[in-house]
Amino acid sequence: MPQEHIEEYLEAIYDIAGKDGTAKTSEIAEHLKNAPASVTEAFQRMKQKGLVQYESHKGVTLTLKGYKAAIKMKRKHRLLEVFLDKMLHLPHELIHEQACKMEHVLTDETETALCKTLKGPTQCPHGSPIPPCNLEVKNCQECLTEQNVHLQKRNTEIIAITNLKPGEKAKIVFVRGGRGVMQRLCDLGLTNGTSISLERTAPLNGPIQICVRGCKLVIGRGIAEKIFVQKM
Amino acid sequence: MNIDLVIALAGNANVGKSSIFNQLTGLGQIIGNWPGKTVEKAEGMLFHHNKHIKIIDLPGIYSLSTYSQEEIVSRDYIALEHPDVVVNVVDATSLERNLFFTLQLLEMGAPLVIALNLIDAAKKKGIIINEKKLQELLNAPVVPTIATQGVGVHEIVDEAINQASKTSSTNQNGIRYGPEIEKRIEKLQQVLKKISIDYPIRWTAIKLLEGDSEIITTVGKKHPDIIIAAKILAEEITEIHKEPCSTVIASERYAVAARIVKQVRTFTESEKPSATERLDALTMHSVTGYLLMFVIMLGILLFMSFFGGWFSGTIENLFESINPGWTGIWADLFWNGGIVGLYATLAVAFGFILPFYLILGFLEDSGYLPKIAYLMDRPCHLMGIHGKACIPLLLAFGCNVPACVGCRIMETKRDRFIAIFLSTLIPCSARTVVILGLVGAYIGVQWALLLYLFDFALILLIGRILNRFLPGSSIGIIMELPPYRFPSAKVVIKQAWNRFKPFLLTALPFIIIGSVIIEAMRLTGLLSLVSNALSPITVVWLGLPAFTGFLFIFGVLRKEAALVLLMTAAGTTDISAVMSPVEMIVFALVIMIYIPCVATIAALIREIGWKKTGLISFTEIGLAVFIGGVAFRLLSLVM
Repeated sequence: MPQEHIEEYLEAIYDIAGKDGTAKTSEIAEHLKNAPASVTEAFQRMKQKGLVQYESHKGVTLTLKGYKAAIKMKRKHRLLEVFLDKMLHLPHELIHEQACKMEHVLTDETETALCKTLKGPTQCPHGSPIPPCNLEVKNCQECLTEQNVHLQKRNTEIIAITNLKPGEKAKIVFVRGGRGVMQRLCDLGLTNGTSISLERTAPLNGPIQICVRGCKLVIGRGIAEKIFVQKM
Repeated sequence: MNIDLVIALAGNANVGKSSIFNQLTGLGQIIGNWPGKTVEKAEGMLFHHNKHIKIIDLPGIYSLSTYSQEEIVSRDYIALEHPDVVVNVVDATSLERNLFFTLQLLEMGAPLVIALNLIDAAKKKGIIINEKKLQELLNAPVVPTIATQGVGVHEIVDEAINQASKTSSTNQNGIRYGPEIEKRIEKLQQVLKKISIDYPIRWTAIKLLEGDSEIITTVGKKHPDIIIAAKILAEEITEIHKEPCSTVIASERYAVAARIVKQVRTFTESEKPSATERLDALTMHSVTGYLLMFVIMLGILLFMSFFGGWFSGTIENLFESINPGWTGIWADLFWNGGIVGLYATLAVAFGFILPFYLILGFLEDSGYLPKIAYLMDRPCHLMGIHGKACIPLLLAFGCNVPACVGCRIMETKRDRFIAIFLSTLIPCSARTVVILGLVGAYIGVQWALLLYLFDFALILLIGRILNRFLPGSSIGIIMELPPYRFPSAKVVIKQAWNRFKPFLLTALPFIIIGSVIIEAMRLTGLLSLVSNALSPITVVWLGLPAFTGFLFIFGVLRKEAALVLLMTAAGTTDISAVMSPVEMIVFALVIMIYIPCVATIAALIREIGWKKTGLISFTEIGLAVFIGGVAFRLLSLVM
């Protein structure tokens, strides 16, 4: 399967996945106008590459790796749209189509250059947010003012809380999940930027126990996998 | 009676609200060391300084945005019933999270008294809290308390009376958010002012921005335009922060809470790595944790079996030694009906049920139950529920009724239904009496254990089937883990007695009257008439003696009665003389599964309605009869 197709699939899953992060095969098939059978096959391939979690009756979910790749594609796509709109003044109805084709050949360096030239846009012409880059900068200003700084990729990886080892401390970067679960986690003090430590994990993909704001919490595996942190 | 003052106790789960309630009212609200045990509000009276004060104990709640069902009870009470004073019970050991809720109460404009509880536990952890400073920062009186020892509880009432007398000022104590949020709250407030709502205006505006579904439905019924406006405003905030608006607001509240904590909390030398840490490490360990859990469960069962057996034997011998040995119809009625009913019930009550409640109370108060929820979370997923369900399921071993009510800690309807269904299949203490008193005592404890294992397998199977056919999936566990505590003997005994007393008061007369009736029916030949009518099922299909038919009907009312009445109906206390081992096993098996008792059915109807109750009851009757018949045929081959 060509890289280009994989990237299209990643974007489609990212777009369609509901609040719980799951997309149905039928929805993806309809969105990409592909036959369900070939969609299923694509999911199997992507599963082997570790990009998605896929079970035939449950639908498909992006793994962290897949999520990062999808974000990257979205960023490139939307930056290109801004470029086509602002710099080349192409008509609105053409830019999406064109960006769809260009995004797959855009290198990371070009992406950064494009972002700088466009002065760090935050929205695409259709109003969707452009995800931030994965470079080691504090804010966009820093990147725009200092010319020719060799920018490094962020060396701190963002990982799911379940990838920590017992005893490790980390800071919450973002949380995904349904509305109710997000609300409850927030109420219990798991807001972005909060430091947490993983205390222990139950065997066979059981729940985890964390310590947050001086309280001990038990969190089920499914929920914990959607809490992303940065090691401290 | 005139009520001068209404005080509501509110706060996070497991901070000691019910303990304070019990101290103040002298009532026996169930307490225990796990979050979520209070699912319904409780009321009690206190006479203090010539005032009649009504005290309301509310279920624990982490936030005024509601997540599970029991939390709506608390929020609606505070928001709509307007108690004169809200006593916010706060856990001094985790002040930050507790203040997050306090800030919301202030936001609501509720007249507030803070009970800073568990200061003894905090001190042990090396945490010192400056109450004066806290009082200043929150602009509400703060009373340090140790609820379990009654320290400070009456000062709470004094402060509450004080606070109620100056309620006139609607204190706007709530926190201020960032300007971008405040601007939008203000906009919504302007619109909300023009309509009539029962909730406080600023609070409603914030809740609308947070997207609270309950408030949206309430306001949206009459004013859908306001909802749309709120949605747009919330999206603007989301756009600014690149995070959902509700998360932004919660983060700001937490930031304020953290700031307050920084100002009022100091650390001293704490005691060495606490015992609770080491116990956690042992009881939650991937190997020793499960091993220990298994040993504890097996130990309880064996102890119950041996103690119960020994105790009922002793009681029986005691009574039979004074049997005057009269003969004649009236003597039979008196002795075989009344006295045997009396002592058999006493044996069951004090031999099995009371000891079990004591053990359960001990486990509950120690804080061990949530550890089981942690250990069993993964296995529970096989049945489509999460680990928290283990707590009501364990309570079900005592009695199914509180278990069904306790299932409210499950967050979704689906999880709750599965948990309730499975609870009714757990052999409660009454069924344990039949299993241990019949199979355990006459055939051997290993057969009783086998029955238990079979029941667990059946629960697993039913759970899997329900999981397969009910739409949706479990959202997973999010639960606070309370620290271990050495259970107070006073609390455990009082608790066990509170649970045991209603049993004794209803079961004793019921069984005595029931056994007199059965004895009378046996003597007049009526018993065989009824039994014969049921014999196609009992005799032909289940292979049981005809007189058991009647017992199944009585068993619906009280399952432990089945054993006592079995003795009456058989006309002897030595059951092995009238029933073969296979018959005993089949009888116990059917009793174990066949239908929730009448008290459980009543609780089920209240919790999940007629239809689902009917579904559970009929499924279980069908299962019991089917399994009983199959067991009879299979066991006959081997025994």
